[in-house]
Amino acid sequence: MMQTLKGKTAISGLGITEQGKVYGHSTAWFAAEAIRLALEDSGLRKEDIDGMLVNTGVTPMPGMGGLDLQNHLGLTNLRLLTGMQAGGATAAMMVQYAAMAVANGMANHVVCVFADAPLRESRGGGGAYSGTGGGGYVPPGMSGLYTAFGMFGINAQYALAARRHMGMYGTTNDHFGAIAVAQRAWARKSPHAQQRDPMTIEDYHASRWVAEPLHLYDCCLVSNGGVAVIVSSAEAAKDMKQPPAYIWGMGQGHPGDLKRAGWDVDTNTGAPIAKERAFSMAGIELDDIDVCQLYDCYTYTVLVTLEDYGFCAKGEGGPFVADGKLGPGGSLPTNTGGGQLSGYYMWGMTPLSEGIVQARGTGGERQVEKHDVVLVSGNGGILDHHSTLILSPHPA
Amino acid sequence: MPDQEYTRPIPVADEASKPFFDGANEGKLMLVKCSQCGTHRLPGRERCLDCWSTESEWTQASGKGKLYTYGIMHQKYHPAFADVTPYNYAIVELDEGPRLVTNIVDCEHDDLKTDMSVEAVFDHVSDEATLIRFRPAGG
Repeated sequence: MMQTLKGKTAISGLGITEQGKVYGHSTAWFAAEAIRLALEDSGLRKEDIDGMLVNTGVTPMPGMGGLDLQNHLGLTNLRLLTGMQAGGATAAMMVQYAAMAVANGMANHVVCVFADAPLRESRGGGGAYSGTGGGGYVPPGMSGLYTAFGMFGINAQYALAARRHMGMYGTTNDHFGAIAVAQRAWARKSPHAQQRDPMTIEDYHASRWVAEPLHLYDCCLVSNGGVAVIVSSAEAAKDMKQPPAYIWGMGQGHPGDLKRAGWDVDTNTGAPIAKERAFSMAGIELDDIDVCQLYDCYTYTVLVTLEDYGFCAKGEGGPFVADGKLGPGGSLPTNTGGGQLSGYYMWGMTPLSEGIVQARGTGGERQVEKHDVVLVSGNGGILDHHSTLILSPHPA
Repeated sequence: MPDQEYTRPIPVADEASKPFFDGANEGKLMLVKCSQCGTHRLPGRERCLDCWSTESEWTQASGKGKLYTYGIMHQKYHPAFADVTPYNYAIVELDEGPRLVTNIVDCEHDDLKTDMSVEAVFDHVSDEATLIRFRPAGG
């Protein structure tokens, strides 16, 4: 029988800094503060940390591979240290590599951190992520065509993906709006969320177009902040300060974008590839999942991810979410902290951090009653990278 | 000759894409074709992604394809686009296979439909540069 990692490791610590329009701090400061909070949460001492994996957003730290952060924190004799980048899929991927290292004796307690500080008081949130639009620079060769035809930034590319789905399957803005409204309802119950005003479907439709078919409320927030998690052996975690979030299963999927006919890259993610290994390792079926934390850079990302895990058939994601089942009291509680649309935008750490909270059962007003199996997904690039984690409060 | 000066960004060829941009000036949509397996690709990659051959030749594409997907940009990212915003941007899937970024012309936003048939239009925006846009086929 193949050896399984199910239940061999657990997340033992979680640190979330203040999120959003928090000015005056560097990326390294947020990373260090998140790690300090995660240590405090776990009860570990600084000397216990012997591995660190680092992921930053659009404001990288100096140096390579987390070395600057290591020295900033005065960490010595690490057994594992590197920077990683696969966009919003990275957070769950860091946990996967950390779990493999811990389970195989390479390290004892590995901290995985994400931090970003794109917001400045003088600049709007969009400016930090808008791509080449402002500079006027046209790169030579074929990539200059994007500038020439006015296709700027990530919003434009996800608009293309969402439009493809609408064209193929009849998905509508009402469907996307149902996701935005459900997540706002969750955010209203979370003390960490940046956006807690009520939102109706009318509010959604009234929000301005960014890149049609995406309204402003289809798009994630932009946040300054940091989140860190600590991966330990299950054996160690059970005697630590917090209820362990055991890692039952993990997988990744990278389908590739060949930019040609034959593969509908805009309506298919790497989730089916990632799911196959993750669910098999965890020994679960789709029906076993109690809570979903799905990567939500855009409303559409949630919709297509639900399809690709098989919660509904390909193309039926719109009608599937339309009844509000993702929201509080619904049959498939999803993105219970408000996600990146209404909570905070910490790339893959947003779904991961809320997945840990739900697995622990410490979600307070937003805690889902049955939380035995929690699905966490990450997504990077334009649906290019996908990562899956299955978390549970129960050892294997 | 254009009636007035074109003020939006104009792409420039690099070594790998020069025949593509030169071809556009002559009203031709040029693609790279693998000499070994015949697969078409956009310029810029030295190796065929199917058979990994580095032998290739330039070939004129039909200029026909379908509108794979599109968006309408409302956000003002670049000042040179301010007077045409909101405008469409699109990905056309050429009959030969590759997907190309472009704009659709001669079509109202509401009439854009994914998978509609389109054909290349050569927009000579300056004496040196031509942008390959697309319009509904048979229109």
